Amino acid sequence: MIEAASAMVKPAEAAESSGPATVGPEAASITLKINGMVQTLKVEPRMTLAEALRGPLGLTGTKIACNRGACSACTVWIDGAPICSCMVLAIDVNARNVTTIEGLAHGGRLHPVQSAFIEHDALQCGFCTPGMIMSCAALLEQTPSPKADDVRAAISGHYCRCGTYPHVIAAALSAAQSRKA
Amino acid sequence: MPVDSATRSETFPFGIASVGLGGAERQVPIDEPPPLPPNAELAVIGKPVPRQNARAKVTGATHFTVDVAPSGMLYGRILRSPLPHARIRSIDVTAAAGFPGVRAVLAVAQPDDPVLGVARYTGAPIAAVAASSMAVAEAALRLIRVDYQPLPFVVDMDAARAPDAPQVHDDESAPAGHPSGFPAAADLPLQGNIRGPHITRRGDIAKGFAEAAVVVEGQYRTQVQTHCCLEPHVIVADWRADGLTVHMSTQFTAGVRHELAEAFNLPLNRVRVVVDGMGGGFGSKSTLSTYGKIAVALSRQTNAPVRVMLDRQEEQMDAGNRPGTWQRLRIGAKRDGSLTAISLVSYGTAGVALGGGVGNVAESMYACPNFEGAQHDVFINAGPGCAMRAPGNTPGALGFEQAIDELAERLSLDPVVLRDRIDLSPVRREERRIGAERIGWRGRHAPGADPGPVKRGLGMAQSLWMANVQVNSACEVRILRDGSVEVLSSVQDIGTGIGTVMAQTVAEVLGLHTEDITVRIGDTEFPAGSPSYGSRTTASMTPPARTAAWRVLPTLFHEAAPALNAAPEDLIARGGRVAVKNDAGRSMGFREAAAQLRTDRISAVASRSDDYGGFRRRMGDAALAQQDLGGAQFAAVAVDTETGIVRVERVVAVQDCGRPINPLQLESQVHGGVLMGLSYALFEERILDQHTGRMVNPNLEQYKLAGPRETPQIDVVVLENYQGRSATDAYGIAEPSNIATAPAIANAVYNATGVRMRNLPMTPAAVLAALGKIPTRS
Repeated sequence: MIEAASAMVKPAEAAESSGPATVGPEAASITLKINGMVQTLKVEPRMTLAEALRGPLGLTGTKIACNRGACSACTVWIDGAPICSCMVLAIDVNARNVTTIEGLAHGGRLHPVQSAFIEHDALQCGFCTPGMIMSCAALLEQTPSPKADDVRAAISGHYCRCGTYPHVIAAALSAAQSRKA
Repeated sequence: MPVDSATRSETFPFGIASVGLGGAERQVPIDEPPPLPPNAELAVIGKPVPRQNARAKVTGATHFTVDVAPSGMLYGRILRSPLPHARIRSIDVTAAAGFPGVRAVLAVAQPDDPVLGVARYTGAPIAAVAASSMAVAEAALRLIRVDYQPLPFVVDMDAARAPDAPQVHDDESAPAGHPSGFPAAADLPLQGNIRGPHITRRGDIAKGFAEAAVVVEGQYRTQVQTHCCLEPHVIVADWRADGLTVHMSTQFTAGVRHELAEAFNLPLNRVRVVVDGMGGGFGSKSTLSTYGKIAVALSRQTNAPVRVMLDRQEEQMDAGNRPGTWQRLRIGAKRDGSLTAISLVSYGTAGVALGGGVGNVAESMYACPNFEGAQHDVFINAGPGCAMRAPGNTPGALGFEQAIDELAERLSLDPVVLRDRIDLSPVRREERRIGAERIGWRGRHAPGADPGPVKRGLGMAQSLWMANVQVNSACEVRILRDGSVEVLSSVQDIGTGIGTVMAQTVAEVLGLHTEDITVRIGDTEFPAGSPSYGSRTTASMTPPARTAAWRVLPTLFHEAAPALNAAPEDLIARGGRVAVKNDAGRSMGFREAAAQLRTDRISAVASRSDDYGGFRRRMGDAALAQQDLGGAQFAAVAVDTETGIVRVERVVAVQDCGRPINPLQLESQVHGGVLMGLSYALFEERILDQHTGRMVNPNLEQYKLAGPRETPQIDVVVLENYQGRSATDAYGIAEPSNIATAPAIANAVYNATGVRMRNLPMTPAAVLAALGKIPTRS
């Protein structure tokens, strides 16, 4: 965080400053690596990664439902690890790789978890679905042959009011199978 | 189409497919299609077709209302009352209006007005701003000066019933009637904070109890549950000189359009309501609501699009909730189980609103000649309740279906056997049979018989729900010259998959695949469709979809017939081809046939006709079908008597919805109904602080919901129950699948422990208290 902040403060100011370098409250320029693309944008330091994705970056597939890390709807990957993007400030992301639901499919080819969600009807209203998929896909990277309890653990922070959990679990298990095939 | 009542006689498949089908004679309007055969004989209907908008949903491409952001959009934000009851003496918006970036400030409360000048719950809207960013809007709210005169308040229903309790409403502000829908009654008396009773009677209740060999009595309590839609309530209003366009996360585009036209004095043709992705409603997004009106007013004032989106705290405090209830039930029966009398007294609270009734489960589920019900609404200083997945019947079943089990025990009868004797419904009989077999009911032991600290048990309960239909529901089907097909209606997909169901229905008629049909819905530019509440969407939309497709087909046949050297009436559409009946050799592809059209497209519109044989009741655009919907659910639980933790290990849900159209989506919806019921039974509760009148858990971490770890194995069985009532004979399932879960779990907990849990939620503390291991919470 300190490193990132220093990099964004003008050299002249940094020299004069005696305490830790600061940014804000006005917007600061940051560079993010999103779905393999490097993007530069100006954000207020208080802006979360979720807000940056949905706002200036136009990646609205990531959803905000509770905005305080209780429901996991906003899950994206940072360096392959699923995190709540509403709990991370955009300026703290630095050079790490961010993957969102928009970056999961390759060209027109869906990720096996996405295909399995369609096949098993693992979605209803679809609002929790992008986050749910990001967590299931991350699970498969770590645990190629998960059991149902592994899927439950992987999505345990996710709320789905429509009650898709049984089909989500079935879909994740089936995606793991199809990847091996 | 002719509006005369010319009909023809037809024989429909009738009965439960797993039991055996017969026929039923019905009069059918001459401009409606012939009876649809049972699912076993159909190509697309009844098949587990993947939902059409799934790809967009799994790739993040779906546009929900929260994703709508027209250029120049302003951010609306609502100032809410910090006090549970206060007179608004004045509102000073000067500083807020002058804050940079603020474009409009609106007083919502009206000082000095006897009704609109009083905040009656914490979170009541007081004022609103529209600003260039959310941050500016938030900052501006803090600059609005409101002079509140605090008033005495009450947030506990029992306390509110006392004669000397603080008064939530006066005669002028108190909502009238009893709009919980079961049934709506006008002119109910108001005494203190109590509106009611709403009385329903049949037979002679005193005589019934005199005839009883046994009488059971129980008091039951259910908590307030909040909807917790993942997508918040959100609207983007765009007021322009040539008309108003509103994007809204709504369960009823056509209804919101009417509300907007009336509220803002606009002709209907200047109001458009659109919803694409819709992130859950469960009853709470049925109307325009105050936040919606605020957004439109701000847009009109600023000449810019305005988004108002509630945050999670606002969702929990002021976006509706399922009312809490108290119920006292007395049931009298003869030795053989036949019921002689049922008495129900209930008090429920929907905060400052009405709707705390407990429905018609006690009145209508079983045969009983003598019934008396007295249902009351109690006002408290809390956010208004509204419909939530099976309003009334879900809390009502929690009490009544436990009382029936208590009666079974008093009579030394198996709960399933007792129900076999007193339940006249052949559908639920079959549902009990299937459910009991699946769960292993025969192996059920006596209450509390497990020796160890973790005690297992089985329980069951039943669901009753009226089959609603929206008569004012229409749909257009178009065949385009390239052979592609469009289905259009304003009906919205709130997650149920209605679009896919309509596509299946149309594909069946046209002999095509579901993916050949493009469904355009969620826009009032199209023919007005049904609301997505009351489990009525499938019942309302599939008959006009089938009828419209059936009506457009003769035009296609007429224009394709010469190319096949056949008479139009001899043609059929099947397997992607248009063919001559009884002459398999003469056919052409559907596309080839469409290429014969003289115009770019042909089209037909149909609306929902009355059920064949008529409705039970008609109320404006809505109607009740002759038959009920319901189901039987069986639960297997494990209760840890050391910790009080209840684990639901398995639920078998056997449901009916007339003709099932998409078994895969139906299974999804039943999962949802069961899990919402499980969550209601064990976890959820809105907690209001008695001293401040605030909700102490207005979020998603302290307001507990069942998650993946609490999800049991759920077996879903959906009956095919043919009644010959419409062009599709299909009805809904969302609400019926939610009603029986909590009482089935409660009955299973009793079977596990021998201790009856009459109050929800069955938290570990409540279970330990019931087991006598810790003192009862006062």
